[in-house]
Amino acid sequence: MSEITPDLVRHLANLARIDVTDQEVDLFAGQLGLIVDSMAAIKEAVAGDVPATSHPIPMANVYREDVVEPSLTQAQALSAAPDSADGRFRVHAILDEE
Amino acid sequence: MSELIYKNASELAQMLQKGEVSSVELTQAHLDRTAAVDGAVHSYLHVGPEAALAAAKDVDRRRAAGEKLHELAGLPIAVKDNLTTTDAPTTSGSKILEGWIPQYDSTVVKKLREAGMPILGKTNLDEFAMGSSTEFSAYGPSKNPWDLGRIPGGSGGGSSSVVASFQAPLAIGSDTGGSIRYPAFVTGTVGTKPTYGAVSRYGLIALASSLDQVGPVSRNVLDAALLQDVIAGHDPHDSTSLPESLGSMTEAAKKLDVKGMRIGVIKQLSGEGFQPEVSARFNESLELLKNAGAEIVEVSCPSFEYAIAAYYLILPAEASSNLAKFDSVRFGLRVTPEGAPTIERVMAATREAGFGPEVKRRIILGTYALSSGYYDAYYGAAQKVRTLIQRDFEAAFAKADVLVSPTAPATAFKFGEKLEDPLAMYLNDIATIPANLAGIPGMAIPNGIAENNMPSGIQLLAPAREDARLYQVGAVLEKMHEEVWGKRMIDFAPMLEVKN
Repeated sequence: MSEITPDLVRHLANLARIDVTDQEVDLFAGQLGLIVDSMAAIKEAVAGDVPATSHPIPMANVYREDVVEPSLTQAQALSAAPDSADGRFRVHAILDEE
Repeated sequence: MSELIYKNASELAQMLQKGEVSSVELTQAHLDRTAAVDGAVHSYLHVGPEAALAAAKDVDRRRAAGEKLHELAGLPIAVKDNLTTTDAPTTSGSKILEGWIPQYDSTVVKKLREAGMPILGKTNLDEFAMGSSTEFSAYGPSKNPWDLGRIPGGSGGGSSSVVASFQAPLAIGSDTGGSIRYPAFVTGTVGTKPTYGAVSRYGLIALASSLDQVGPVSRNVLDAALLQDVIAGHDPHDSTSLPESLGSMTEAAKKLDVKGMRIGVIKQLSGEGFQPEVSARFNESLELLKNAGAEIVEVSCPSFEYAIAAYYLILPAEASSNLAKFDSVRFGLRVTPEGAPTIERVMAATREAGFGPEVKRRIILGTYALSSGYYDAYYGAAQKVRTLIQRDFEAAFAKADVLVSPTAPATAFKFGEKLEDPLAMYLNDIATIPANLAGIPGMAIPNGIAENNMPSGIQLLAPAREDARLYQVGAVLEKMHEEVWGKRMIDFAPMLEVKN
């Protein structure tokens, strides 16, 4: 039986900052339940001592020369923003009034 | 309609070099084709005639002035809409980016411009490249030129259908779990996923950063080789970019020799689950390779059984993180709910309105896979499976120089058939996913007509950095196919009805 309940979907959607309708919650709970159930076998596959691979071709300490290169101007960086003011991105209140 | 559009890219490049055709003429011929057929096929999200013709004119002028130009200079190309372009909107198939014009060119686009290749337009894809059919594009699906009632593959169905319908001689795709190779399979075209890091990802709107790779889409192997040689190479803007060159793919495609090469058939990617005619075409190609002097061996990759599960944990996990940048602050859509909302409420309303169902599903799945308490059981286990799959490949490549399988289990399905069943949709990727998990190169080439009178394909796989082997074997197989068939695979496709 799936562990993906409608309440869990609501919680995850909230963590991911996506409003979801009741209809979406029911749909996703069913679909994600099936998907997660189908993945259960993966736990058996790696029962032994197997190292994890996060990147297919490992590379470490990739740095470029520490020299100044051209980059976007402030105007360019702001040009696609939904709202800006005084050379900054303008957003709604970060904190609730309460 | 100009006959030029039916020619291979390599041929057109030579005509351009010899001055037998101008870039403006060639670019216009493809734009005319788009005007005639794209209403039906819908390969493009954006067509840019002015920018393309201006670039073509510039190349023609430089050629006339005797300037030394790139081999492919003047050859027009289409680009998948998840690569940034400063002169065209870039949506990645999503409403959340509708109308966005990026502030910088992706490295691949920059290289195309430097080579003097006019960009015809931006091709359709499943939203943020999540899908196998383009049915998840927020702007409607592309159609398969072989049968307009069937899917052109995904996510890069725009790029596959644009070359299959002769709207462009070449296109750029991206492949996270098969998004170049599966569309090639269902449209009778060629597509390569290079070794991870062979082509820069800078300016590619990331889906899953440890799996994504940009690559060429074409109608034949040599054309794909020419294009990979244009776009490959180290890029300091991508920290995962390989520092070394992988050599010339074009030279490899011209060797036309497989004598003594060991071709490994992957036991787990054949037989059960694969359509009978797809399998039959595959076995016929093995015979051809044997006749050409290759040795056929069988290899076993038992961990592939877990590849789809691992992939659909790793991909959503990385995607949920990558897509966090679509937050209504710096670019893209902003939806403001009523009242005096906080920024969090604005973000949630924006992402609800801007993302489609598959993107939401995968972000929620990825958030789950990464949440504490489940991390080890799912994401951690998936990363371990990745190691097992790499080990399977290592063992297989000890016995074989190149591995082969059908590119996918079944020919193109009809629109709507799998839309409500994500798991069925995910199974299309069963043969293509292992290469992304292991970072190795893979190529799909046409392999004859199979079920429902639709194209099928064969996939070639090589060890990391050995992309050249794919082109070497692929070109031989293609040549033998054309000898058997008497024409190119794409010439079997029905003629599209043309609007004048």
